[in-house]
Amino acid sequence: MILLKLTWKSLWNRRINLILTVVSIAISVALLIGVEYLNKETKASFLNTVSGTDLVVGARSGPIQLLLYSVFHIGNATNNIGWDSYQKIAHNKYVKWTIPLSLGDSHKGFRVLGTNQDYFAHFKYGEKQVLVFSQGKPFAGVYDAVLGASVADKLGYKIGDKIIVAHGGGATSFSLHKDKPFTVTGILKPTGTPVDQTVLVTLEGIEAIHIDWRSGAPTGIKISAEKAAKMDLTPKVITAFLVGMKNRITSFKVQREINNYSHEALLAILPGVALADLWHTLGQFETVLRIITLFVVIAGLLGMLTSIISTLNERRREMAILRATGAHPSQIFLLFIIEAFILSFLGALLGMLIVFIGVIVAQPWVLSHYGLHLHTWMPNLMDAAILALVILFAVLFCLLPSWIAYRRSLQDGLSVKL
Amino acid sequence: MNVITIKELRFCWKGQASDTLSIKQISITKGEHVLLCGESGSGKTTLLNLLAGILSPSSGELNVLDQNLQALKPSKRDRFRADHMGIIFQQFNLLPYLSVVDNVTLPCQFSPLRAKKAGDDKQTAIRLLDHLGLDEALCQGTVSELSVGQQQRVAAARALIGQPEIIIADEPTSSLDTNKRDHFLKLLFQEANAQNSTIIFVSHDPAISGHFSKIIELADINRI
Repeated sequence: MILLKLTWKSLWNRRINLILTVVSIAISVALLIGVEYLNKETKASFLNTVSGTDLVVGARSGPIQLLLYSVFHIGNATNNIGWDSYQKIAHNKYVKWTIPLSLGDSHKGFRVLGTNQDYFAHFKYGEKQVLVFSQGKPFAGVYDAVLGASVADKLGYKIGDKIIVAHGGGATSFSLHKDKPFTVTGILKPTGTPVDQTVLVTLEGIEAIHIDWRSGAPTGIKISAEKAAKMDLTPKVITAFLVGMKNRITSFKVQREINNYSHEALLAILPGVALADLWHTLGQFETVLRIITLFVVIAGLLGMLTSIISTLNERRREMAILRATGAHPSQIFLLFIIEAFILSFLGALLGMLIVFIGVIVAQPWVLSHYGLHLHTWMPNLMDAAILALVILFAVLFCLLPSWIAYRRSLQDGLSVKL
Repeated sequence: MNVITIKELRFCWKGQASDTLSIKQISITKGEHVLLCGESGSGKTTLLNLLAGILSPSSGELNVLDQNLQALKPSKRDRFRADHMGIIFQQFNLLPYLSVVDNVTLPCQFSPLRAKKAGDDKQTAIRLLDHLGLDEALCQGTVSELSVGQQQRVAAARALIGQPEIIIADEPTSSLDTNKRDHFLKLLFQEANAQNSTIIFVSHDPAISGHFSKIIELADINRI
């Protein structure tokens, strides 16, 4: 008890210098925990986005690539798939629902997704939640559009506004579908998924704006919006589609059937499996990141060690006084161990506080910029293990100055060296 | 009754060929005020470390309070010192991060025996400090507000608390002027007498020898 009190008072007496030590430990611990946390949150968020989907089907490419462009809107499709193939699979007896996806256009940097009413009926995210409107209703007409929460928020759109879709991706596309503007009929509530960053329009709308285009460029023949709406707008191709099974067990069977489909080179993937593949690919990078943060923690603790060792000389008298008043050399040893324990413990706690507050501060920003919903950080077993490990390392490092102080207090005895 | 008995004591630092100390005989009785004089390098501090049980003699007999210190393990010797000895250094006796009162009560934290004898240690500390001429306002403050003379009196109070049988003072007055020195000695002796403590006082200043009942000239008894 007395040792704890002495250490604490001694630390408090040197607090100005020690605050820096504690802060450097805190930052390194915050980094270590923060990286683990972001890693977990990103994975959870990706998994949330595909929580209700059993299969994703697109043109044959890599499973990760298909998953990224169809669901997460990262990258582009290499090829489209035929409407007839889609229809065939949609009517498979094991299939409960499908959602067609037609990508390729954008609006001010946000992806435009052509789909149909099934999107609102069947798309599920998070814990099997359906999409909810904050204003308006799903699209009905050819030129209707529904906006994701972030799109409406950032661009300040409301129901009834007209928006012009640009051909291709990117914020500064020069080929605009100026002649066929869309009208906003609904705005979705935030979901924390890429849906928030998406402009949803009808498949027919996508067809209509491209009706006078060939090979990605206007043909010169102008067909007005009204006229186009009256033509047959059944799409010939779509980019991909999501599949929900009547029974999840049949996913594998249908996946095999699709992958062996003879009329067209199709690829069906189980989103969970593809995600696992993705994480596996990124695993090396994760490991490197972990090792780097571990070294940062060690650097922080070495800083503490340096500051403790640098005080050894000036505290020589302190040790002699304690010896004279009855402290055993082992108690002198313990004083330094307790010091390392307190410093690393405070550093680790402060580090966790930094992560906790950092996450709370970053939550709205991350949600609006990346469509990633961060859960408030709460310490878990892993973090407790990290805390224990940091303290263990600190104490191990501090064995050196403790031992020096112990040896000296044996040698010096009552003769106090200045 | 002998508080300290030394017979045929020899001490040699490890790795050195010749002895630093070789003392035929010293005996100090209870309540005596002993002045241990000697030039620097004469082995005063070594003798103090031996008496305090921090060093062990190479050979010979060293009994403190009828306890053969060599027979005790190092940790027991530390406990023995904490229980029975109060120590005052030349200067910088106090821990800067503890209050004046906490500095005085420090031995009670390491020695349950002295804590028991002191009773309410904070009250006892304040009483001792008062007897040594430090008023209560100073006692509540920090150590750094005190003058050197005041700091030495706080150190004396710390050595006295819990009525240890032996007070060891290692040139505690060397940084005080003559007036303050005599005043300090007077107060220290007064309190030591009140609790019947033996004082072993080390100094190379012959001017204070008049205050002591017994003077040991280390040069005379050390056969090196």
